[in-house]
Amino acid sequence: MEKLIDEFEGDQRELIHILHEIQKKFGYIPAQAVSRISKQLKISESEIFGVLTFYKAFSLKPRGEHLITVCMGTACHVRGAPMILDEFKRKLGIESGETTEDNQFTLETVNCVGACALGPIAKADGEYHGQLKTREVDKIIKELMNKKRNSSK
Amino acid sequence: MEEFNTTELNKLREEISESRKKRKTCITICGGTGCHAYGCLKVAQAFRDEIEKQGLQDLVDVRTTGCHGFCERGPIVVIQPKGIFYQRIKLEDIKEVIAETIIGKKIVDRLLYIEPKTKEKIVYEKDVPFYKKQRRIIFGNNGFIDPTSIKDYIALDGYKALTKILFDMTSEEVIEEIIASGLRGRGGAGFLAGKKWEICRDVNSEKKYVICNADEGDPGAYMDRSLLEGNPHSVIEGMIIGAYAIGASEGYIYVRMEYPLAVQNVTHAIEQARKLGLLGKSILGSEFQFDIHVFRGAGAFVSGEETSLMASIEGRRAFPRQRPPFPAQEGLWGKPTNINNVETWANVPLIINKGAEWYSMIGTRGSKGTKIFSLVGKINNTGLVEVPMGMTLKEIINDIGGGVKDNKKFKAVQTGGPSGGCMPAEMLDLPIDYETLTKAGSMMGSGGMIVMDEDTCMVDVARYFLDFTQEESCGKCVPCRIGTRQLVEILTHITQGKGEEGDIEKLKDLAKTLNAGSLCQLGQTAPNPVLTTIRYFEDEYEAHIKDKSCPALVCKDLIIYHIEPEKCVGCLLCLKNCPVEAISGERKKVHIIDQDLCIKCGACLEVCPPKVMAVSKYTGKKKERILNKSSQKSE
Ligand SMILES: Cc1cc2nc3c(=O)[nH]c(=O)nc-3n(C[C@H](O)[C@H](O)[C@H](O)COP(=O)(O)O)c2cc1C
Ligand code: FES
Repeated sequence: MEKLIDEFEGDQRELIHILHEIQKKFGYIPAQAVSRISKQLKISESEIFGVLTFYKAFSLKPRGEHLITVCMGTACHVRGAPMILDEFKRKLGIESGETTEDNQFTLETVNCVGACALGPIAKADGEYHGQLKTREVDKIIKELMNKKRNSSK
Repeated sequence: MEEFNTTELNKLREEISESRKKRKTCITICGGTGCHAYGCLKVAQAFRDEIEKQGLQDLVDVRTTGCHGFCERGPIVVIQPKGIFYQRIKLEDIKEVIAETIIGKKIVDRLLYIEPKTKEKIVYEKDVPFYKKQRRIIFGNNGFIDPTSIKDYIALDGYKALTKILFDMTSEEVIEEIIASGLRGRGGAGFLAGKKWEICRDVNSEKKYVICNADEGDPGAYMDRSLLEGNPHSVIEGMIIGAYAIGASEGYIYVRMEYPLAVQNVTHAIEQARKLGLLGKSILGSEFQFDIHVFRGAGAFVSGEETSLMASIEGRRAFPRQRPPFPAQEGLWGKPTNINNVETWANVPLIINKGAEWYSMIGTRGSKGTKIFSLVGKINNTGLVEVPMGMTLKEIINDIGGGVKDNKKFKAVQTGGPSGGCMPAEMLDLPIDYETLTKAGSMMGSGGMIVMDEDTCMVDVARYFLDFTQEESCGKCVPCRIGTRQLVEILTHITQGKGEEGDIEKLKDLAKTLNAGSLCQLGQTAPNPVLTTIRYFEDEYEAHIKDKSCPALVCKDLIIYHIEPEKCVGCLLCLKNCPVEAISGERKKVHIIDQDLCIKCGACLEVCPPKVMAVSKYTGKKKERILNKSSQKSE
């Protein structure tokens, strides 16, 4: 991580860029990263925390193994997205923005993934699932669980 | 690369079209987001493999293109030059398409699009009703261009406009042309693009910037994404022309983080343009110098607002600030900056190539050219549509969109995103232009057009939008921060059946305060969804408040699910699918929902076979009657 941060030179204008890179690599922004960036870019830690909590892209807590993002855009809303989200919440036993206790799943919402023609839509580990029905929610979760098992074999 | 000039660009263009002539047939596969989700990449690869296997690669081109717009029917495959239109293509279909259509020159009937009304099979893309009424001057090239190939763009007269302005036009002439075309901003407010350029050009400064706003925060809109993903060079060329006219040497494209493919394609396109000397120092051998950076947004709706967007590029929180000073006076890092939307930029090369006079013939008196809308929601043909300004909402929804889905009744159409409004059936004859939409209480916005049917609750929609703006309010100014929260609270109460007499007046009063007191348009326009739904659908508000009923059967707290005993065939399907075991019954016996356990997830209604349709929703008095009946029984 230190290497990643030290590669950047310059000032505040690089901040969001660095945060993107760290988020991508670690899945969250560790506290040590903030102090390192603060030294490297010569901006205060509180300023960095301000920026990083402002944007939805960054999280201070690690996300789970699998990320499920349900679109709550208008097009998806009128086609029943709230029912889909409720089902995910119920099946996983968490609210949106939370991670399951076993660290397997994180559930998030997004304002629009830009595939509105396929609504309601959810992204599971980056893969789109369009025209979703409530009863398909269970299948998606199971698929993700199996994926884990297969890949760890 | 050695110096690349106009002569060489023209030569390259000729070479490309010459080499294309040999390979007459081209299989184009839509690579837009919708088709991606349907697995188009695998389809494209399979086509390539099969063409190679059959040794046809010298005769047939396979190209993954930008979005064709008809996302409803993906994956879409169009075979050029004839434009044979195949839809919903699966991997199994590929061998047949090659054997029958490519080699045998015959049509594969079962892959054709069937027009739902006439049941007629349609062979050619241009005859599909979805496309027929469109005028695709900006978006049309998407279907011919592989977004990763600058050659494809050049072959279609790409960078011709750039050559023209660099060597035959002064910056004043470019600005005059854009003003004369009547092009207005496509990002929301509809400011005259040429005028904005002129203001920025007239400010004296060594350093100036141009920015392309690709933040596309309007939920339900995705045309900017498709343009940037599908035809990135048209946006880049537009920006270079703008930079030349204004005197800017650096540009930024600010892309929303939810659009990774757009970032990838536009970054790649910029590199290609740089390699050819179309960006960088002495562009095409001229004196002009300009380069573009791509900036990834980080997920905040307000960052689409121009002053917030610049703060974000500067590495700060995306807080809007008071205007004036306008960006043209004091923009990015305090320097004069011109910011336009993706679609606005994409219009520029076309205007230069075809002339302001040609362009200004399209559209209405005050609104020139075309507009791309994302036609989504409860509509048969969802997708991206480009129409001349002045077309009526009815034409777009019925003729292009094929009407409301599942033969339901139309209720409203929403434009303008969270700043816009909902228009009822009576307004469908309105022609689309900036002024008419504003007068109707909505706005053009960036181009989301969401169709709602009788199953959509308008109070719920208003609550949805206010929830959105409240969530996205940056919190800098009090009216917006507190006002949106209060609006959400009242609206939520109404949808829960806790509404009170006088709530509607309260909503209207709050709306006024927000509109007058907020710092940026986010807060100023936030009440629009509430005001328009009250204006056109007040009876729905009344029903929620007075009768505690939701006529559209949406608001969970006001409805129940009920199995009609006379219809239920006792198939156990709903019982098995109920996630909370609220349904009891046996095979061939009527099933019953326990209302105390029911979480109203709708699973029973979803699985009940269409022939049976025994599950219904009830609200208001009928709901009470059923509840009374069942409680009497259990006593
Ligand atoms: C809250 C808010 C969000 C906005 N979001 C966008 C957006 O996502 N894309 C966009 O092009 N303009 C957006 N705008 C409008 C921009 O501030 C600006 O007017 C526009 O980029 C100017 O470009 P144009 O003249 O080409 O339309 C937004 C404005 C507000 C107030
Ligand atoms: S509204 Fe869900 S993808 Fe756009």
